[in-house]
Amino acid sequence: MPSKSAGLAGRTFAVYAKDIRLELRTRYGLNAILMFGITTLAVVSFSLGQSGLSPKLLAALFWIIIFFSAMSGLAQVFIREEESGTALALRLTADPDAIYLGKLFFNLTLLSVMVVIITPLFFIFTDAPAGNVGRFVVVLVLGVLGLCGATTLVAAIIAKASVKGALFSVLSFPILVPLLITLTAATEKIFDGLTFTSVSAELQFLTAYAVVMITASVLLFKFVWQE
Amino acid sequence: MWWKILIFMAMAAVIVFSFVTPMPQAQIGSASRIFYYHIPQAWICVLAFAMSMVFSIRYLMYRRPAEDDKAVVAAGLGFVFCLLATITGSIFAKVTWGSFWNWDPRETSIFILLLIYGAYFALRGAVEVEERRASLSAVYSIFAFVTVPFLIFVVPRIVPSLHPEDSVVNENLRFTMGPAVRAIFFSSLALFTVLYLWIFSLARRVRVVERFRMEQED
Repeated sequence: MPSKSAGLAGRTFAVYAKDIRLELRTRYGLNAILMFGITTLAVVSFSLGQSGLSPKLLAALFWIIIFFSAMSGLAQVFIREEESGTALALRLTADPDAIYLGKLFFNLTLLSVMVVIITPLFFIFTDAPAGNVGRFVVVLVLGVLGLCGATTLVAAIIAKASVKGALFSVLSFPILVPLLITLTAATEKIFDGLTFTSVSAELQFLTAYAVVMITASVLLFKFVWQE
Repeated sequence: MWWKILIFMAMAAVIVFSFVTPMPQAQIGSASRIFYYHIPQAWICVLAFAMSMVFSIRYLMYRRPAEDDKAVVAAGLGFVFCLLATITGSIFAKVTWGSFWNWDPRETSIFILLLIYGAYFALRGAVEVEERRASLSAVYSIFAFVTVPFLIFVVPRIVPSLHPEDSVVNENLRFTMGPAVRAIFFSSLALFTVLYLWIFSLARRVRVVERFRMEQED
């Protein structure tokens, strides 16, 4: 772990690298989130078949799959520290900003890997019309940013509570609803083959949401971490 | 004591006047009388949640249990008034739009508000250590409040809404009501606010007594 004199980027990277190394040893988080995503996708695909679903339905199903997979894995990054008793050591060696950002980047990596694997499978299983791939990727990136930006702080909160499992989705869902509504609307329009100008309101919303949630998290994290 | 009697009489008068004066919006009919109750309830709900957030911030700054007590009491009252605003709004929706619930953006946002504070109390129930419970729920309350502008102001502008927008002021910030309607409406708003502050101070003192008795037993 580099000393306090290293810049914020260096300290953040140290926390991030530690979590990646831990993850590569057990692959617990990735396995959980990926298997959950594939299972949900398979259930959706089995029950609906490739029966020409409307873009509205496909967009909603896609984000429901991503939402529940995210809920199954993103809390792990803080629960692991509390359960293995390493939270105190981390508190001594790194400052809250670096810890929050390191954990945020770890969750972003985790969810991105999962989305990169699930999305092609989703198109294969449901035969969805992709629309323009570039535009879809922009919405995906903003969606992943918003999801991780809003849930990483909630993960830190529930890691300190006595009941953890259900509480994560209970606390996250109300915060994520505006994001999920907008993501579904934007994805539906892109599946319909519309251009960026018609989704500009949604894209502005998604960007503003991610920026606001990450800023608020950075400001609030030290009160959760050092209570 | 005297002002409590005064509130009681004034509220009774507002209730009577809200039913005997001409309808606030003739094209909607008598159902529009509900706005004398629905808007003050929605206002108290916003006021209480904002107060809860301010007390949560103060708790994180000063770490005094009294601030946490105030934050909880305000959140609880906000939840009750939010529920009342949801019910009155739903009745109005049945009369004017034909169904109690159809996921209009306004209905969506008030529903999410109920979920947020439901989650807030779930979190409080799940943490046993008192200081930890106070600071974690304070952080969640502030964090959740940050999303409220997205719900209340942004989502209804992306998705079209049937909710009346010009019942108090129009786009030019001019009052749209006649003088009689305006007098009843603002009396109702003021009385609801005083009533809320009264309940707030009662509930807060109850918590102080509870805390004192728990310390005595220890």
